[in-house]
Amino acid sequence: MELILALAIGILFGSGVWLVLRPRSFQVITGLLLLSYAVNLFIFITGRVHINKPPLTLPEQAATAMQYADPLPQGLVLTAIVIGFATTALYLVVLLGSRGLTGTDHVDGKEREHDE
Amino acid sequence: MKPFIAELLILPILLPLLTGALLALINERHHKAKFVINQVSTLLLLVLAIGLFWLTDGPVTGDDILVFLAANWAAPFGIVLVGDRLATLFMLLAALLANCALIFSYGRWARLGVHFHTLFQLLLMGINGSLLTGDLFNLFVFFEVMLAASYGLLLHGYNVNRIRAGMQYIVVNLIASLFFLLGIALVYAATGTLNFADLATQIPLLAETQRQMLHTAAAILAVAFLTKSAMWPLGFWLPITYSAASPPVTAMLVLLTKIGIYVILRLHYLLFGDAAGDSAGFGQYFLLLGGLFTLTFGAIGLLASQDSGRIASYSAVISSGTLLALMGYGEAITLSAMLFYLISSTLAVAAFVLLTELIERIYTPADSVFALSMEFFAMEEEKKESAGVVIPAAMAFLGLTFAACALIMSGLPPLSGFIAKFSILHQLLQSRNDIASWLLVILLIFAGLTAIISLMRFGVRSFWTAQAAQSPRLKMSEASPILLLLLLCITMTIMAGPLYALLDRVADDLLQTHRYIEQVLHTAPISRND
Repeated sequence: MELILALAIGILFGSGVWLVLRPRSFQVITGLLLLSYAVNLFIFITGRVHINKPPLTLPEQAATAMQYADPLPQGLVLTAIVIGFATTALYLVVLLGSRGLTGTDHVDGKEREHDE
Repeated sequence: MKPFIAELLILPILLPLLTGALLALINERHHKAKFVINQVSTLLLLVLAIGLFWLTDGPVTGDDILVFLAANWAAPFGIVLVGDRLATLFMLLAALLANCALIFSYGRWARLGVHFHTLFQLLLMGINGSLLTGDLFNLFVFFEVMLAASYGLLLHGYNVNRIRAGMQYIVVNLIASLFFLLGIALVYAATGTLNFADLATQIPLLAETQRQMLHTAAAILAVAFLTKSAMWPLGFWLPITYSAASPPVTAMLVLLTKIGIYVILRLHYLLFGDAAGDSAGFGQYFLLLGGLFTLTFGAIGLLASQDSGRIASYSAVISSGTLLALMGYGEAITLSAMLFYLISSTLAVAAFVLLTELIERIYTPADSVFALSMEFFAMEEEKKESAGVVIPAAMAFLGLTFAACALIMSGLPPLSGFIAKFSILHQLLQSRNDIASWLLVILLIFAGLTAIISLMRFGVRSFWTAQAAQSPRLKMSEASPILLLLLLCITMTIMAGPLYALLDRVADDLLQTHRYIEQVLHTAPISRND
């Protein structure tokens, strides 16, 4: 499972980096989304990967650390998701504004002379 | 500790938050009311910052570090706010600058778009939060609050230039934030804690494999902070952003790079100071090298700059470079000189940013500059004479204030810039006698020289060769913040002795990390019986 997760994160991150470096703002925002997925997954697995372990104590069980997953990375990842979501939405608004004002979706706000 | 003193630490975060929320509810038509509320709140913040700085200087409680346990959880587990001299000093600087920028915006800038006042307060909340927080994740949250507000402010007065700069600024900062998150995750994986004080106690005890992971984490975190503080290969966003933003916003952005510097200062000395065992001095040479490159880049950029926005930008780059290089140089003796330089250069660059907008009015009557964005925003045409008294002798005022700014920015006598630079050079030559110190001395003098050349060129062009120069109309609300900033610099010059004594105490706080750690970890939650 660790291998699959690691590969998934790697692929997401790699694709994200490639897309962020593209000239179209839509590609950039897609890249940012992929990058933030990769980062969120990465934060999540720093608490180690467990199966069938809740992050919160259950009332009927004794509280031994072995039975539970680390709750902190899960808390962090929740916050990170919310913040990432909000800032990406903000970028989306700027992207649309730029498209409307400059008439192009190039990140520099103008087309190059001989674009592909 | 006496009750209700540490609790004050939450106010610099709550006050802007509540004011910002209140301002969001008021319709844009009530411009004056919004401005007054904003200004009153910002003034209160200044009073609060002065009070907190006075308290952390220790005359009342005896101990100089205030610790507030939010929700009453003991330190490594709960959220903790820590106010020491360094944090409150930066808070004071932020509050001073914010007041000046806000007064300046009254003339017109605040009316060029919606929600300027709300965003302004949220920016202040983010800044104060980042300064006071005692753990890494809350630092991230407050950084995001600060950045989100700065995105909005940068786009304030929406035009093509700003939106183009905004696109780049936002993407760069979003990616830096992702690096920040990666760094946090790795720090947690390596040490199991995110609290600054707890981290500082854990780091000397780490095993070798964990230490490598921690170093990786620190390097990744550094990418995030160094992007914010515009170190050389990471700082390309800065000139574009600074020249595009509206002047009051740029003045606040000048402050934001210093927040990046603050975080590096705090973490570098706390986590990788002398007490850090095998990790002591991690990344120091990199900071030194990066700082030197930044300094060179800034100096060359300054030589090549023609317009005022770029001059201000590259001056900010030079100031960042100087600070980073001094941090990397790693002699504790230079710390107080460095802080003096930081305050003086921040104030001067901010004053310069505000001033250049007025200077540009010599050629382009202000109305034409605003025509586009006003049209875009379908603003009702304001009455020409509406705001404030017009000050006399506008040209003389502009010339004199420009000269003062130039003197401080290039480090010529007799103003605070000279004292800052002189003490830095003095400490550099006294402390060590190696290549690093000589390189730094040479580059600092070179940067000063380029500043003189560039500013003289700009001054000559603006004031002496003006063709159809007509004395621009300056309002009191636009001239007074500039005067205020420069008066602060002059006060710094006159009071340099006491100020240095004070900055020595601030530097001492940074170096005596064990005091910080003890205060944070040993503050007990309030028991219910009290």
